[in-house]
Amino acid sequence: MKTESVLEKVLTSGQLAVTSECGPPRGALPDKVREKAAMLKGYVDGINVTDNQTAMVRMSSLAACIIIREMGLDPILQMVTRDRNRLAMQSDIIGAYAFGINTMLCLSGDHPKFGDHPMAANVYDLDSVQLIQTVKQMREEGIFQGGDKILNPPQMFIGAAANPFADPFELRVARLAKKINAGVDFVQTQCIYNLDKFEKWMEGICDRGLDKKVYIMPGITPMKSAGMARYMKNRVPGMDVPDEVVKRMAGVPKEKQAQEGVDIAVESIERLKNVKGVHGFHIMAIEWEQIVPEIVKRSGLYPRPEL
Amino acid sequence: MITAERKPLEEIIECIRPYDRILLVGCNECVTVCAAGGRKEVGLLASALRMAFMKEGRTLEITELTLERQCDPEYVEELVTMIDAADAVLSMACGCGVQEVARRYKNKPVYPAVNTKFMGASVSQGVWAERCQGCGDCILGLTGGICPVARCSKRLLNGPCGGSTSGKCEISDDVECAWQLIWDRMKELGIQDRYEEVMVAKDWRTSRDGGPRKIVREDLA
Ligand code: SF4
Ligand code: SF4
Repeated sequence: MKTESVLEKVLTSGQLAVTSECGPPRGALPDKVREKAAMLKGYVDGINVTDNQTAMVRMSSLAACIIIREMGLDPILQMVTRDRNRLAMQSDIIGAYAFGINTMLCLSGDHPKFGDHPMAANVYDLDSVQLIQTVKQMREEGIFQGGDKILNPPQMFIGAAANPFADPFELRVARLAKKINAGVDFVQTQCIYNLDKFEKWMEGICDRGLDKKVYIMPGITPMKSAGMARYMKNRVPGMDVPDEVVKRMAGVPKEKQAQEGVDIAVESIERLKNVKGVHGFHIMAIEWEQIVPEIVKRSGLYPRPEL
Repeated sequence: MITAERKPLEEIIECIRPYDRILLVGCNECVTVCAAGGRKEVGLLASALRMAFMKEGRTLEITELTLERQCDPEYVEELVTMIDAADAVLSMACGCGVQEVARRYKNKPVYPAVNTKFMGASVSQGVWAERCQGCGDCILGLTGGICPVARCSKRLLNGPCGGSTSGKCEISDDVECAWQLIWDRMKELGIQDRYEEVMVAKDWRTSRDGGPRKIVREDLA
């Protein structure tokens, strides 16, 4: 074991892990964070806390992680390299670890253009791969990116994102290999609706033996409506929603669409469970956290292991 | 070259409204090539300003001059004979030229008439695009001759990000994804295997982050 992370414990035990996500509120509302996290209690091994997701200002991921940690749960600190330079990021990592937060996700983040401050300076002192490298170096060598020694270095279990559907497709395996070279421990993917293409990506990963070096957790997002399916298909960069999925959602009456979305999510999990190299699931129910327990239960992933 | 675009006429008029005599100075280098502040643009702006002032019932006295190179003290010196006859200077050079005039003529107000944009290349007739951010430690040799610092919207040194779609950047269909271009070029050169080497965190001291930069060449000084 590299860290005290519960997620690491579940993954190394060989059982399928489950994580979910909680987007912090757009204001100083700690109870909102508690409410969302409480819905996930007992159903997941880690709760990702997003960092100014879609480049919109929200309560900081670190603050929301602390609130969740104080509830006795296991937050996963998401960190984008868009908003802060290497000094700020490293000090937040130390701060997080000081509160017992031991799992994080290194991301580059959406461009500010998509958010509520398109006029903001775009930092990118590091990119996501370099952030992975930095956190690894903090953990293994006990030094800062700048080279100085850290007192009680943070032992973070290091995650990254992967999008099997972005272009160029031929680079998607190589890009994961690069993150592995940088020191990533687990990977959560973009929402998977195109299962065939995901399986093709996983094949490429297994062919190179990369599945032995990193734990891969496909992203699952239940769709609430046919409108959401269409929006994700046409509007979200790097998202691959096949026509059959949109058709299936549109094929049931409006009031039954949410149920259909949950069914699709459960069926996807059932199918992907058997794919070589899949070690768990990252269930992102965007502003729909209350549905996560049902998905976890119906997918046979409940109860979560006590480790 | 350095590219620039002329400011909106209304903004320029607001700057020079308090004055009656203007020295309008162009530059024969980059801003001439990108058609923002050369001799021709100086002439066009001068007539536009005269007309605008005339409509307001005022006469504006404009002296037009285009220097060989406005970022060079030797040429900026040429203004010495006419500077006293002007209340203010309006410069159509890039920001470097504007500042050179300000440095030389200490008590004369100087206003920029263009917005200096970027270091770029000509893509086609009338189109210029950013190519270099002057980071001070060029890595083009590692990236197939395509600059991720200037051309990736997130200046990722280990791209592409998850938003790259059909060769375009996530920010807009009008922007090519630099990392798609880098990858294509790496394939062209047969150096794909280099892609997986992690490019380590850049030392930005050589860039603007290290403070204003200066080159001192002892052999020439
Ligand atoms: S690597 Fe630096 S110097 Fe080279 S082209 Fe890019 S910004 Fe310019
Ligand atoms: S899409 Fe390409 S150019 Fe745009 S930010 Fe991502 S890697 Fe950079």
